[in-house]
Amino acid sequence: MYLREREGYIPLRSRIRAKAPAPRKNLRPEGRLSMTKKKKKQQRASSAPLLLIAAPGILYLLINNYIPMFGVFLAFKDFNYRKGIFGSAWCGLDNFKFLFKTHDAWVMTRNTLLYNFAFIIIGTIAAIFVAVLMYELGQRSRVKFFQSIMLLPNLLSWVVIGFIVYAFLNADTGFINNTVLKALNIEPISWYSTTKPWPFILIVTFLWKYVGVNSIIYMASISGIDKGIFEAAQLDGATKMQQIFRITLPMLKPTIIILTLMSIGRIFYSDFGLFYQVPQNSGRLFEVTQTIDTYVYHGLMELKNIGMSAAAALYQSVVGFLLVLGANALVRKVDRENALF
Amino acid sequence: MKKQFRDDGTRFRLGSTIILSVLAFLILLPVILVVISSVTDENALISAGYTYFPKKLSLDSYYYMIKQSEMILRAYGVTITVTCLGTIISVLITTMLAYPMSRPNFRYRNVLAFFVFFTMLFNGGIVASYIMWSRVFQIKDTIWALIVPNYLVTAFNVFLVRNYYVTSVPISIIESAQIDGASELTIFFKIMMPLAIPSVATISLFTGLIYWNDWINGLYYLTDAKLYGIQNLLIRIMNNIQFLKVSSNVALLGTMNVDLPGTSVRMAMAVIGILPIVIIYPFVQKHFIKGVVLGAVKG
Repeated sequence: MYLREREGYIPLRSRIRAKAPAPRKNLRPEGRLSMTKKKKKQQRASSAPLLLIAAPGILYLLINNYIPMFGVFLAFKDFNYRKGIFGSAWCGLDNFKFLFKTHDAWVMTRNTLLYNFAFIIIGTIAAIFVAVLMYELGQRSRVKFFQSIMLLPNLLSWVVIGFIVYAFLNADTGFINNTVLKALNIEPISWYSTTKPWPFILIVTFLWKYVGVNSIIYMASISGIDKGIFEAAQLDGATKMQQIFRITLPMLKPTIIILTLMSIGRIFYSDFGLFYQVPQNSGRLFEVTQTIDTYVYHGLMELKNIGMSAAAALYQSVVGFLLVLGANALVRKVDRENALF
Repeated sequence: MKKQFRDDGTRFRLGSTIILSVLAFLILLPVILVVISSVTDENALISAGYTYFPKKLSLDSYYYMIKQSEMILRAYGVTITVTCLGTIISVLITTMLAYPMSRPNFRYRNVLAFFVFFTMLFNGGIVASYIMWSRVFQIKDTIWALIVPNYLVTAFNVFLVRNYYVTSVPISIIESAQIDGASELTIFFKIMMPLAIPSVATISLFTGLIYWNDWINGLYYLTDAKLYGIQNLLIRIMNNIQFLKVSSNVALLGTMNVDLPGTSVRMAMAVIGILPIVIIYPFVQKHFIKGVVLGAVKG
């Protein structure tokens, strides 16, 4: 598609393609293919030092990422700290049976999915809106100025953001209760124990943190559109509005589709910080703030219910894995270049 | 005719500037509230709450922090140590892993690429990894608990560096070094490592930010407050505030040695948590944006 052909456009997922990008051919004319078999063998014999260089990284990934993958069997065990990992008795699917019998399983799945849908839809619209406006600014210095401000929230940790939200919402000294509601003559609200406003609060917080970052990628995409197209449209008498709706947005379509599919691949995961720090882990809000990630944390660290927690984590990993595969298959159909594999 | 188009463009530029200014202002507002609250007089704050226009300003909370500086300095020290150590180790290991993957004649390059890539698709979840780190490696309550789990090597960074090598470093450099008799290790450390600096700048930025802002490792692996970095210290303060609210048992609080700073000091602490990032950020914004565009989706 034209996305690929545009000059200066950086493929979204160039980093993870197994095959090397095109420019390499020019840089390395004497690549593998032109080598004779004998020479190839000689070259290949030298893989030991290279493996040695890669060894620390390989070892780290083995320990940090691969060993826990085998740890998923914990979900099928009645884990007991005293008996240890291998000493604990097997319990088959009991953990899953218990998990899916609870109200929590439904709540956390619903919350994770609904919030992610809201984030994808509202987040994408907001990011494109900002990107289009940024592009219309024209001046680089102005773009840079606005970008620095909009990127600021992305640099803050969820802990600090939790403090910021607390400054607004806490019952005694919060800005909303003390200033806004007082001015409107409304009774103070105990925000951290009222569930109703939280979907709104969480979505606003999410937008506040991410709109700047997400707009960058769309802006890069818009900058890749051939200026000639806009000039031609202008000569034909198209207004700016028409240019945006008839040129910019249609040209962005592939980027939007790909980014959306990628987010759908991660729809079973949630931002732990957003759902843990921003509502201050308030138990009364769990009905609207509990996601799979916070559930796993509570099970593991607070309730010490390893079995259930492991079951929930495996549920997330497996469904998440299938969703990534599915999303990737769809991306491949849309645009092979940007598929993960 | 022509003038009309130009007017359209100018009007749009003006409109965009205005809308973006409003948005930027809205985005800054919450941060401003925290900053103003940190310099508000404690009594004014208790009577009127956190507000943009406090009756009385005071720097008391910052004096308080200087007086009580031991706890805060310690946390700062931990955070800085963890950020520096973590970033250095991470960048080193990541580059070392990325380089062989970029060599076209390396036998295991595709195997290795898949090995790294698969970590993006599937993970064992926090439960298994928590039990492994805390029971097998006994990492709890050590400084390594803040550095080692989760963040040292990410597939995202490895591929970023590998792609940089593949697209921007010609292989003839390696070949000529080989002809001159340099060993693979010499080639990597003397030539390829320095050549990777542009991509290393980007990944160190991301990694540094992750370590500075990390509180999750501390939440899982620390029980000893001595090792709390700035983020975990902030969490502890917030927990104490919540605790105070639920329990009216003041005597109990006394025995628990809870340090509960004033309402304005809380915000001052949040400010000093942000400060270093805000100071450094303008100088590195360029690399940051480059990294985001390359990465496309949040890691």
